[in-house]
Amino acid sequence: MIKIESLARKLPESPGAFKIPGSIGRVALFACLLTVTIVLSGCSRQAWNDPYRAGEAAGPIFYSSFSERPKHLDPARSYSANEWAFISQVYEPPLQYHFLKRPYELVPLTADALPEIRQYASDGTLLPDHAPASDVAYTDYIVRIRPGIRYQPHPALARNDDGSFVYWPLDDETLDRVDALADFERTGSRELVAADYLYQIKRLAFSPNHSPVASLMAEHIRGFADFSERAKAAHDALPRQGGMRPWLDLRGLDMSGLAEIDRYTYRVRIENKYPQFIYWLAMNFFAPMPWEAERFYHQPGLDEKNINLHWYPIGTGPFMLTENNPNLRMVLVRNPNFHGETYPVEGSDEDRRIGLLDDAGREMPFIERAVYSLEKEAIPRWNKFLQGFYDNSGIGSDSFDQAVQFGSGGEATLTEAMRERGIRLSTAVETSLFYTGFNMRDPVVGGDSERARLLRQAIAIAIDFEEFISIFRNGRGEAAQGPLPPGIFGHRSGESGVNPVTHEWRNGTPRRRSIDDARQLMVEAGYTDGRDPATGGPLILYYDTPAAGPDSKAMLQWYRKQLAKLGVELVIRATDYNRFQDKMLKGTSQIFSWGWNADYPDPENFFFLLYGPNGKVESKGENAANFRHPEFDALFVEMKDMENGPARQQVIDRMVEILRVESPWLFGFYPKAYSLHHSWYRNAKPHLMANNTLKYKGVDGTSRIEAQSAWNDPVLWPLGVLLAILIVSIIPAVRGFRARERSRAL
Amino acid sequence: MSAYIIRRLLYAIPILIGVNALTFVLFFVVNSPDDMARMHLGGKRVTDQAIEAWKEDHGYNKPLLFNEAAAGTAALTDTILYEKSIKLFLFEFGQSDSGRDISEDISQRMWPSLAIAVPTLLVGLAINITFALLLAFFRATYLDFWGVVICVAMMSISSLFYIIGGQFLVGKLLNLVPISGYDTGLHAWKFMILPVIVGVIGGIGSGTRWYRTLFLEEIHRDYVRSARAKGLSEHWVLFRHVLRNALIPILTGVVVVLPLLFIGSLLVESFFGIPGLGSYTIDAINNQDFAIVRAMVFLGAVLYIIGLLLTDISYTIADPRVRLD
Repeated sequence: MIKIESLARKLPESPGAFKIPGSIGRVALFACLLTVTIVLSGCSRQAWNDPYRAGEAAGPIFYSSFSERPKHLDPARSYSANEWAFISQVYEPPLQYHFLKRPYELVPLTADALPEIRQYASDGTLLPDHAPASDVAYTDYIVRIRPGIRYQPHPALARNDDGSFVYWPLDDETLDRVDALADFERTGSRELVAADYLYQIKRLAFSPNHSPVASLMAEHIRGFADFSERAKAAHDALPRQGGMRPWLDLRGLDMSGLAEIDRYTYRVRIENKYPQFIYWLAMNFFAPMPWEAERFYHQPGLDEKNINLHWYPIGTGPFMLTENNPNLRMVLVRNPNFHGETYPVEGSDEDRRIGLLDDAGREMPFIERAVYSLEKEAIPRWNKFLQGFYDNSGIGSDSFDQAVQFGSGGEATLTEAMRERGIRLSTAVETSLFYTGFNMRDPVVGGDSERARLLRQAIAIAIDFEEFISIFRNGRGEAAQGPLPPGIFGHRSGESGVNPVTHEWRNGTPRRRSIDDARQLMVEAGYTDGRDPATGGPLILYYDTPAAGPDSKAMLQWYRKQLAKLGVELVIRATDYNRFQDKMLKGTSQIFSWGWNADYPDPENFFFLLYGPNGKVESKGENAANFRHPEFDALFVEMKDMENGPARQQVIDRMVEILRVESPWLFGFYPKAYSLHHSWYRNAKPHLMANNTLKYKGVDGTSRIEAQSAWNDPVLWPLGVLLAILIVSIIPAVRGFRARERSRAL
Repeated sequence: MSAYIIRRLLYAIPILIGVNALTFVLFFVVNSPDDMARMHLGGKRVTDQAIEAWKEDHGYNKPLLFNEAAAGTAALTDTILYEKSIKLFLFEFGQSDSGRDISEDISQRMWPSLAIAVPTLLVGLAINITFALLLAFFRATYLDFWGVVICVAMMSISSLFYIIGGQFLVGKLLNLVPISGYDTGLHAWKFMILPVIVGVIGGIGSGTRWYRTLFLEEIHRDYVRSARAKGLSEHWVLFRHVLRNALIPILTGVVVVLPLLFIGSLLVESFFGIPGLGSYTIDAINNQDFAIVRAMVFLGAVLYIIGLLLTDISYTIADPRVRLD
């Protein structure tokens, strides 16, 4: 047997032999350092796999993740949920939604009350509140904001003793020194005034800001379109300096519909009547913007450092964005100048029972900091939630069975593994709709003929969305009986809400009609057994979709099978999103699927998707089905200006009835949101309209860190085993090496 | 050698023009600026006016190749081709379609890519060469046979398996390091361990087999036989002679990828949440931010050319007989 020490003694005699004693020394030194590191790490309560810095998790900090980097944080531009998740904590429009009340109710935020709404006739006569819409020439929304509200500390507002701005104009030395907004040493603040709200509305009209609501607002706000043209002309007339045009002070241009009544009061004049405008006043588009900020960000050199309004918002809200690294993490910190707001004291009995009123009347916000980490992949995000490093999480389809089980009554409950960790489940039917539409301009499935109508109705029965929800959504959805989701005025549930074309009420639940009913409709339409009388072969229909990936294959196959029940052959025309959009714009599609997420809780926001003049082909509007029905269109015009009440419900019922009979859409389903949160995270009531909900949330950092320590003990024995195997394998390796050396020498 | 380097750099110009032309055709002929605008303006309330304003703001409303309305050189420079493609030669990447400065983004994001890629390359190289030498040393034995079998097996496994398996085993079951994430400065170390381990293990199969093949080719050469005839021990032959003579193909493989380390790994960065240039490119493709994709394709081409040039230069260092004329 060869002894290791004899080998070590012998090898150095050969030229270039391994310096085993030295290597062993270095390995030993490394092992010692590693041991010391491990031991020192072990002395801390922080888990080894904790992705945050030591000691952070014990504080009132909220940890969450985001999967897609926000593109724009400018309130004039931003229009997606992943962006509003951040800016809604920073910007404050005059109104907000009550956190607990359902149905959703608007309450003042920076305003001291809901806006005063005055309607006028064309001769300027003040009209009563319930005047017919046809009499109303214009409507004034008068908003009074509370005095004393101040902006977050921001370098744009920093002033010298003489009142001049510290960072305007910006000198080269300062510019060279800064790489992020935090690098500006001095900050300032000032009071929020009515003019800031008016300035922001002008920003919506200013075309270089690319506000997605500009065209809509141009239809409603008096003077908006005219202002837009004048501002654009003024902007274009500015001479370029160093490749960019100087800042255009929009305060110098008037918009006839806007007026500053006093320091804290402003008026927006709306053409005719547009009751939905009040909901827009709860959106970030109508949040205030201090002109100083826009001028500050417009200075040469800052844009090249990504220091601009798209990435560094400035607001009066409870939080301010202190770290904006969309490639890594976004950090919101409590705004020291926040005006103060208390947790709501009104809620339902259920809210009280589950502790959602425990914080009633307490000063908000409850957390000091919110850290959102970029987590693009679902698996690491889910695992880090289970380890306690994220306070809340959605549920991906991959992990759904691990988290949720369905009881005998179909109710969703958490699995034992989740309950053991104290994880809690919140569910809510979203104010969204996923529908399958027919292109009403198509000669086969579209048009006003009885044949096409019956064909659409037959397909509406055949495509079993209950099955779709079960297979592809893990049961997370509710088959839609009409275009209005629950929570939107006009939605009917129970027997009165059933779509008689596709469903019938049996045993207290809506049941989809049998496929025989659909086949009978096909016979009446002239497509017996799905045969096209023109060709004698199966009727061939086309489904256009941008879902071309392998993940969509099963779903597309499912659609084919649904129509095969009628003997109809469905051809899938999968393409990329751009081509799909192109087809929709040109009206060359036949059947497609689309969705809509409510901007505000009003039926107008869904019915306008089927309003004739909004046709996608005709006017590039949102009516992708290009549906046009004179009675429906007339009812829409009537309904949109009505107050919620029995009369409006009656109109809505008729509109829904028309849609069910005409079937331009298969109503599809209302998605159901499932979210999980840990026991240390409180006030997690889903709110599908409001985005500024971070201020209501609370975190018990002590409980969190205890749970993290308990759930994340490092498991070291496999490393020991691995090390032992390595050491043990050295002996035969050395023997083999020696034997090999000897054999070569022979 | 200077003349050679200058000549090679001049050769690079038509290559880069070709790369740029191809990218330009793909992005502006296959995909119209209207498509880009719609993608960036989102799915809701996108009007013709909004599309036109977006195109104007991003310079996509100009003529593609020749501006008839402009006078003088502006007829050529006030075009999409010049603004979006030719300017890349000046390393003026401009702004992304979402409004961020691309040069600034690249300068920030190359460091995390390097922080993962450099240790992965170095550790991987050391381990792969060591394993390959051992297999070459034990050639034609059961150890060699099973070593090759294991290498083939490791090569056959998807890199996704190593990533997800590594995260599950090391990050979730053993709780030794964070599953994913990144931090700045010295705090980054604990986030680097797992991606580097996964990167190294994922590359052992192919790396070891490749180097083993190189070593075996060398081992049968005359000079090796002469060395053995002189009575040198096998490990001395391997490490002193074979390894040195196999350096040229090793250098070819290694030096050429050195500049590309900046660009990072698409999959690893995406799964581990590393804010490097790999995930930057993937995000840009997903978001149809073609300004970034164009810049990254151009940068990749430039770095590849630099890599090839460095490889040639390194030949002269590894083998003094090689002369670059």
